[in-house]
Amino acid sequence: MIDYPILSLLIWLPIAGGAVLLAMDALGNKACRETALVISIVTFALSISLYTYFDTSTATMQFQENIPWIAAFSANYHLGVDGISMPLIILTTFTTVLVVLAGWQVIRDKTAQYLAAFLVMEGLMNGVFAALDAVLFYVFWEAMLIPMFLIIGVWGGPRRVYATIKFFLYTFLGSVFMLVALIYMYLKSGSFSILDFHLLPLGLTEQTLIFLAFLLAFAVKVPMWPVHTWLPDAHVEAPTGGSVILAAIMLKIGGYGFLRFSLPITPDASHALDWLIILMSLVAVVYIGFVALVQSDMKKLIAYSSIAHMGFVTLGIFLVFTLLDNSGSVEGAALGMEGGMVQMISHGFISGALFLCVGVLYDRVHSREISAYGGVVNTMPVFAAFMVLFAMANSGLPGTSGFVGEFMVILASFKANFWFALLAATTLILGAAYSLWMVKRVVFGDIANDNVRQLEDINGREFFILASLALVVLLFGLWPAPLVEVMHASVDNLLLHLSVSKLPHPETGVALLQAVRP
Amino acid sequence: MSIPLSDFMLFMPEVFVLCMTCAILVLEAFFGQRRPQLSYVLAQLTLLAAALISAGTLDTGRTLALGGMFVHDPMAALLKTSIFLVVVGAFAYARSYLTEQGALRGEYYVLGLFAVLGMQVMVSAHSLLTIYLGLELLSLSLYAMVAFDRDSGSASEAAMKYFVLGALASGMLLYGMSMIYGATGSLDITRIAAVIGGAQDKDTILVFGLCFIVVGLAFKFGAVPFHMWVPDVYHGAPTAVTLFIGSAPKIAAFAMAMRLLTEALGGLSVDWQGMLAILSVLSLAIGNVIAIAQTNMKRMLAYSTISHVGFLLLGILSGTAQGYSAAMFYAITYALMAIGGFGIIILLSRAGYEADRLDDFKGLNDRSPWFALMMLILMFSMAGVPPTVGFYAKLSVLQAVINVDMLWLALVAVFFSIIGAFYYIRVVKLMYFDTPETDEPLAISPDLQIAVSLNGLIVLGLGLFPGGLLALCNSVLA
Repeated sequence: MIDYPILSLLIWLPIAGGAVLLAMDALGNKACRETALVISIVTFALSISLYTYFDTSTATMQFQENIPWIAAFSANYHLGVDGISMPLIILTTFTTVLVVLAGWQVIRDKTAQYLAAFLVMEGLMNGVFAALDAVLFYVFWEAMLIPMFLIIGVWGGPRRVYATIKFFLYTFLGSVFMLVALIYMYLKSGSFSILDFHLLPLGLTEQTLIFLAFLLAFAVKVPMWPVHTWLPDAHVEAPTGGSVILAAIMLKIGGYGFLRFSLPITPDASHALDWLIILMSLVAVVYIGFVALVQSDMKKLIAYSSIAHMGFVTLGIFLVFTLLDNSGSVEGAALGMEGGMVQMISHGFISGALFLCVGVLYDRVHSREISAYGGVVNTMPVFAAFMVLFAMANSGLPGTSGFVGEFMVILASFKANFWFALLAATTLILGAAYSLWMVKRVVFGDIANDNVRQLEDINGREFFILASLALVVLLFGLWPAPLVEVMHASVDNLLLHLSVSKLPHPETGVALLQAVRP
Repeated sequence: MSIPLSDFMLFMPEVFVLCMTCAILVLEAFFGQRRPQLSYVLAQLTLLAAALISAGTLDTGRTLALGGMFVHDPMAALLKTSIFLVVVGAFAYARSYLTEQGALRGEYYVLGLFAVLGMQVMVSAHSLLTIYLGLELLSLSLYAMVAFDRDSGSASEAAMKYFVLGALASGMLLYGMSMIYGATGSLDITRIAAVIGGAQDKDTILVFGLCFIVVGLAFKFGAVPFHMWVPDVYHGAPTAVTLFIGSAPKIAAFAMAMRLLTEALGGLSVDWQGMLAILSVLSLAIGNVIAIAQTNMKRMLAYSTISHVGFLLLGILSGTAQGYSAAMFYAITYALMAIGGFGIIILLSRAGYEADRLDDFKGLNDRSPWFALMMLILMFSMAGVPPTVGFYAKLSVLQAVINVDMLWLALVAVFFSIIGAFYYIRVVKLMYFDTPETDEPLAISPDLQIAVSLNGLIVLGLGLFPGGLLALCNSVLA
């Protein structure tokens, strides 16, 4: 065991680092960059110890810290991780290192503030994943908006102000209703502890309203069709680092919310309304897949592809009820949920990598339009190899991490319902179509123009970033066991929890459920 | 009538402030020309000493004095302490403004101290007459403060408007009080409550009186539809005065609402709850929506005040101790945010120029990252985004409202806070995303720098550790 407060360190070290960076502004950009890099690497190294000391045999929260915080609300500073949140924290710390590196030469304006925003952001996101108290969770969840608002608004593209205000208001809209739901449950249970919420008995009407409040918050964050429209704007206008953090981590917070809040707190409402989520997910997978196909802007294309891939995550998560009903066994249902979770992690790597690839091109040519490129492979062969690899991974090529999650979810949906599977499987075609078609137009063919002719291949720094991502994409593609093992106990526990109704009279509850399901 | 010494200890802060104010008035007349900072220093020392005195009486239980006209209870001690401390902040901002605008006259502090005395009387009133006395002392001082810059047309206009509407509101209040007196036969708050509580059925005249009292209160709070004076007065008055009006008097107004509605007319809670609900929803809606259309920072903050009053009233109308303490927390923290917000306007202003347009905030991050960060904290706090104290203020009010099964009010409140968030983040947008209009360096006096920084850090610090103040608010109402 670790005998120091590791989770607090993971949260407050980057935030304190951000404050130090703001104070270091006068010392010049170089000093700031190096400090930021050191802090992010130290944080990453610390987070590795979460993995090595993690006990995979139990579903209880580990590395817990619990001290009283606000007595008036009986809210505690309660942290802890399980198999669901631990991988996401490591994903966060890993991505932050890459993001700090990615802005190395490009960000010359207000460098200290830029790096500070990312470090503060890292701490807050770790806080979201580690918080076991609803007030604490909400504080981190909302506070996260502030640095992201600034990152898009200060260092973004031409329509950055529109994009960032849309981003802020959209997310704020989603979260305030969640706040009302949390307060409601506090008044029922007398504590803000998320684990107490899990055990709180709630009637079906209450559950449904709470579920819808949560849905609004998490669906905006994921984002699910039809509340996804902020994402393409935010992604296109954000600086590369911002896009990477958005795609790789912030979207996962929505998926995490479903797993930590919606399912365990309102199992019966989730059960009753799972068709709604499945419908929204399938629309995202199919319709947004087509939308991605027609994009002429690379960042927009990847943004839409993210929405489609996140549709897989929510699909996998909410298939569990059909699977539980069909098979009655926890093992069968685990496939979908674990698939969704693997997909979250894998999408974090792949979408981050793709945004970094676009960033590499954008830094050189200052255009995100697909038509501004062509034949990049002739001048940037090493880069082209990476980009092709990540595009393949994005379309779910076996051997890459993109395949594992998608395959598990499709397999699970086959067990659930043939039509779900048929629609979900279209992603294999659509994903390949939009990813590979983009690569074909950007990377292959003859050299399209003088800009492309003058391109220089990636330097050592960029190589390092892309290579480390390529490594993990391949690693988890070929050997996903370490990732799945970590999740296993927590997923089983969650499914066990879900298979028991919270309603006072389960028999009438089941009848009610049958009535509201189409 | 002889006053026992133990009673004297209870209203010690009032007597102290009164004596010191008179002393400052005399000293100002003799030495004001030679030592322009004298009144400022003395006023601040007075306030700090008074804050210490009343903080010391926090544990003293509820006691009546002066023949039942005056009450001392923990709530009064806490509210008075907060008023003193907020006014210390307001004076610190004002000094720099008055020096810069060449209007450094001791009268500002003397009038301010009289207003503080009025607020103290309101907070500790235990009779309808005492409430009215305190209110008039406060209001008359404020009218004079608004007209303080007598050569400014807009300030005189604002003062006139404020005076006429304020007098009308006082008249309403007095009319209402007279009806309550007629129905219950007493001006004493406890007696009124006892008569109302003992009555079999409600006297119509009581409810009629209540209406007028609520109208008077709504005027003083600036709740819609009695809010018309707020934007004009905030805009027209010199910023140092706006800052004063926008902060501590809200705490006093809260105290007045508590004394009148919950202590005296608690038996009519069903009636005033409905009235406050209407006032609150209208304030939230009109305040937040119209603030979006403003181009002037002071006007925008005026509408923002209106919307905050809506939130504060929500706490009161829930009718539980928890709701009152939430409203109290809201009033105190709002006063803190308000002086900060207006303080930044003072910080940007220079001799002969009031930086009160929104455009004056453009590119503040380029001119001074630190003060842009402070303003960012204040704006997010007003919007209710954690980790700032504004979030806990909204959280505790919402919790109180949901607790009494008024979920719809909570939903209305959060809905309008989303709309409200827009104009706060627009200020952040101006500061961070736009380029400055002027390259003129910010000339900021050191004490103003310290005041703004402290103000911002307190708002952030209370956002990270709100437990102490929340517990204090709960305990004084327990």
